[in-house]
Amino acid sequence: MPTLTYRDALNQALREEMRRDPRVFLMGEEVGVYQGAYKVSRGLLEEFGPRRVVDTPITELGFAGVGVGAAMAGLVPVVEFMTWNFALLALDQIVNSAAKMLYMSNGQVPLPIVFRGPGGSALQLAAQHSQAFESWLANVPGLKVVMPATPADAKGLLKSAIRDGNPIVFIEGEMLYNNKGEVPEGEYTIPLGVADIKRAGKDVTIVAHAKMVATALKAADEMAKDGIQAEVVDPRTIRPLDVATIAGSVRKTNRCVILEEGWPFAGAGAQIAYDVQREAFDHLDAPVVRVTGADVPMPYNKQLEKLAKPDVAKVVAACRQVLYLG
Amino acid sequence: MTRRATRETQKAAADVSRTAPAGEDPAAMRHLLREMLLIRRFEERAGEQYALGKIGGFCHLYIGQEAVAVGAMAALRADDYVMSSYREHGQALARGITARAAMAELFGKATGCSGGKGGSMHLFDAKLGFLGGHAIVGGHIPLITGAAFAAKYRGEDRVAVAFFGEAAVNNGAFHEALNMAALWKLPAIYICENNRYGMGTALERASAIWDVAARACSYDMPAETVDGMEVLAVRDAVARAAKRGREEQMPTLLEIRTYRFMGHSMSDPIHGHYRTREEVEQMKLRDPVVTFHARLVAARMLDEEQWQAMEADVQAEVEDAVRFAEESPDPDPAELFTHVYSGA
Amino acid sequence: MATRVVMEALSPTMEEGRVAAWKKKEGEAVKAGEVLAEVETDKAVMDLVARGDGVLRKILVPEGQTVPVSTLVAVIGTADENISSIAEGSAPAPAPASAPTAKVVGVAPPPSARPPAPPSAPADGGRILSSPLARRIAAEQGVDLRSLAGSGPAGRVIARDVQSAPRSAMSGQPSAISHQPSATRGVQDVPLTPIRKTIAKRLVQSIGPIPHFFLTSEIDMQAAWDLRAALKARGEQYAISFNDLVIKAVAHALRLHQAVNAWWMDDHIRYHGDVHIGMAVAVEDGLITPVIRFADQKGLSAISAEAKALAERARARRLAPEEYTGATFSISNLGMLDIDEFTAVINPPEAGILAVGRIAEKPVVVGGAVVPRRMMRVTMSCDHRVIDGATGAKFLQTVKLNLENPLAMLL
Repeated sequence: MPTLTYRDALNQALREEMRRDPRVFLMGEEVGVYQGAYKVSRGLLEEFGPRRVVDTPITELGFAGVGVGAAMAGLVPVVEFMTWNFALLALDQIVNSAAKMLYMSNGQVPLPIVFRGPGGSALQLAAQHSQAFESWLANVPGLKVVMPATPADAKGLLKSAIRDGNPIVFIEGEMLYNNKGEVPEGEYTIPLGVADIKRAGKDVTIVAHAKMVATALKAADEMAKDGIQAEVVDPRTIRPLDVATIAGSVRKTNRCVILEEGWPFAGAGAQIAYDVQREAFDHLDAPVVRVTGADVPMPYNKQLEKLAKPDVAKVVAACRQVLYLG
Repeated sequence: MTRRATRETQKAAADVSRTAPAGEDPAAMRHLLREMLLIRRFEERAGEQYALGKIGGFCHLYIGQEAVAVGAMAALRADDYVMSSYREHGQALARGITARAAMAELFGKATGCSGGKGGSMHLFDAKLGFLGGHAIVGGHIPLITGAAFAAKYRGEDRVAVAFFGEAAVNNGAFHEALNMAALWKLPAIYICENNRYGMGTALERASAIWDVAARACSYDMPAETVDGMEVLAVRDAVARAAKRGREEQMPTLLEIRTYRFMGHSMSDPIHGHYRTREEVEQMKLRDPVVTFHARLVAARMLDEEQWQAMEADVQAEVEDAVRFAEESPDPDPAELFTHVYSGA
Repeated sequence: MATRVVMEALSPTMEEGRVAAWKKKEGEAVKAGEVLAEVETDKAVMDLVARGDGVLRKILVPEGQTVPVSTLVAVIGTADENISSIAEGSAPAPAPASAPTAKVVGVAPPPSARPPAPPSAPADGGRILSSPLARRIAAEQGVDLRSLAGSGPAGRVIARDVQSAPRSAMSGQPSAISHQPSATRGVQDVPLTPIRKTIAKRLVQSIGPIPHFFLTSEIDMQAAWDLRAALKARGEQYAISFNDLVIKAVAHALRLHQAVNAWWMDDHIRYHGDVHIGMAVAVEDGLITPVIRFADQKGLSAISAEAKALAERARARRLAPEEYTGATFSISNLGMLDIDEFTAVINPPEAGILAVGRIAEKPVVVGGAVVPRRMMRVTMSCDHRVIDGATGAKFLQTVKLNLENPLAMLL
């Protein structure tokens, strides 16, 4: 199986889907001539031309709305946000237009569209460029929220997202684009709403998505030295959420730590914790513990930034807490 | 430019664009009158049913603006895309949504054009290319731009038409969308129904520039100012814009000057603090239904018998719509969870 | 602040306890968790541990005396603390010799004194803080949470406390991670059908509370005999008993015949996914049935080692409550006492018990010729409310097949 970067896996998915379906087009800032701010769309303008690889002005509200309108008229747009921080400007179109169109029209106007781009924090980008919005977006019925952690997941999930027929929020990891992994060639799709057990274990369940999966796996390695076998469950889609797999894991391990990059209040992990207590109450031997970003805007200073982010040590400490290991 | 100057500009525009029906097909003219009359009677009954508690939520009536919707639709093709704002009963009816389906939707019934899930502000009929009433001011202006994008993407000669009020042109979505439509040469028609008040705020109190059509200069986009009390003036302006869209793939901004005779919504009195009774009464002298009726009579295109029959026919259609809405069932409770996701 | 030491409920059914021996003397320093005394319960000798640090100031119940649960038996305090109000506030109340002692339980502490709080019962009126998992395991194993000291935050009883607390008191620190049996299969509760209810009612009317019936089978143990001899020849570490083989054979058969691996629950039948074998062990003054848990998932050597250890602890009356509760089926073996065959009485709510007789060399017809074979007779007692004749017979057939082909069973 070829080894690809996360970036190239996304590129491959886009290319394959654009070849497969003439209704699919890509629009966003710098997706064409510049080849993508993060080079996800490299080579697509050359292959598909400016009709299908559309450079937009810096008008998130406007071009997101153009995407939604194009979907209403039968196209399958992939709208790239340079980062999800900028997508706040487009939130009206994502939430008020895209998410509700099918419902308001009583099923008459389906809305196949993918809004994609990197989310979460990178390094020292400070408060306005380091935010995780999956919990905001997953709160909205009508949207699906997809967050791939690996190159293979990136490809399989993006292809499924493009074909799904619903408005998809596809949040990539800004720090993941260079990560390499084996990626199946050609037709490879991963159904939305199916979690993946990234590492099996029996002592504690760590639920983590996107960039945090790597942190969880490192924490698991760390704990393995002490004989603790952590199971890492990656939901892969925050909505729909594969509660069955998460709860199944917790029923096995009796302990659950939920890891996410975003802020703690009403974060995705809060929902997962609710689902875990509902579905696995009689199997819990300790309260569910969450590891989240600090409840502050992201500071610029490197040391402060490190303190604000979840890391391996925080995950290990949380796991030891639910294991009553002090 | 002064406030006075704007008013005079509007008046002048009305005078200049006043068109006689001479040379027009009498049956087509009677049809336009009937369409306007249907909207008028429908809206009057909607207001009444709202007062009776049969219609809930927000309800924005179109009385006074009928010539805009009817004139515009008369210039469009069946395969064009149309979107409107939350004051869209008129466009919906003029586009072909039946009075039954529209009234049932206002009543929230399963037989409504949006299954009772949309209500007054979200009338849809995809088969008619009527892609919704949208209730965030300016939010659908990018959407219609996207529909125009799709038409051009597929190499079709459809146009995509959005109706919105003059208050939306101060909104970022308006400018972002018009910029892209001009930049990419999209077959979009932006119909600004300038009824002079965004809710209770007069154009002059909200906008640094009182000439909406002038906004198009920023995007080097063709624009016209149109007398919205004259159905034929509207029809012809929209026809010119549609031709430009189909043949040149160019967008157009139309500022159609009109007036709403009712309050902003049902909770708003007819004139309130923001405009005078005299102003409303004066504008009613140019009632688009009354004046067009008079003109057809003068041109001997409509006799009293035909008019009586038309009135009775429209009255019956609206009566039937109310009865239909009244007797229709509420949506099945299971409908609560349908159409959240497609394919689910 | 002084700590009251009370007679704790150390088994699920314990209502009173006899102080067998004090392990600390008055004036001796004690730490929380240290054993203060050995207490003889209705089932076993258990440790009474200190719930606070300090000095054992006063022993109120002498060795040999029996008192109801909750009775103040000692006081721990600082060396110079005045404990008279506590010590005098509740004099030891010897249990009446014959009265129903349950009514005597619960001597109210004086209002000024610290409530008789093991860590698991905080000051909010005795509510037990416990994790949901701990509660579930305790319910399944019939363990009384009040008998446990919670090791979690604020004295929360957690799974490992239920699984190992009594043992840990004897063997030191509990293991860091509670290792549950690898894959529990849970239970399946099946409501009673009308016909099942009628059968139950009528059978009870005909013979006593449990409508027993009995199935006897003679098993050719020659192959088992040879296997055991061959294993023993390899060295003592390979030595197994016939009883171990029977446990293995029964556990294996129970996996295949879940209908037998069941409890009668009065208003429903509980079919167990897991196999826990009760093994009747004679002790000096009676009988106790330690349980080999997940016996179907264990190898012969593990069963053998566990059976041996449990039997030893049973005879020493050192079994922890969870070691003698929760069996899904039992075996009683009197073969070593030269009994040819017998019937055993079912231990409710279990639905069956297998009575195992001795192995004797007998003439048997094999392939038309009379040859000497080592034969063993087993009799299964069945609760007819749960097990019907054919169901029990098929199960017993599998047991027989297992024992006659022991190598196949061990694969």
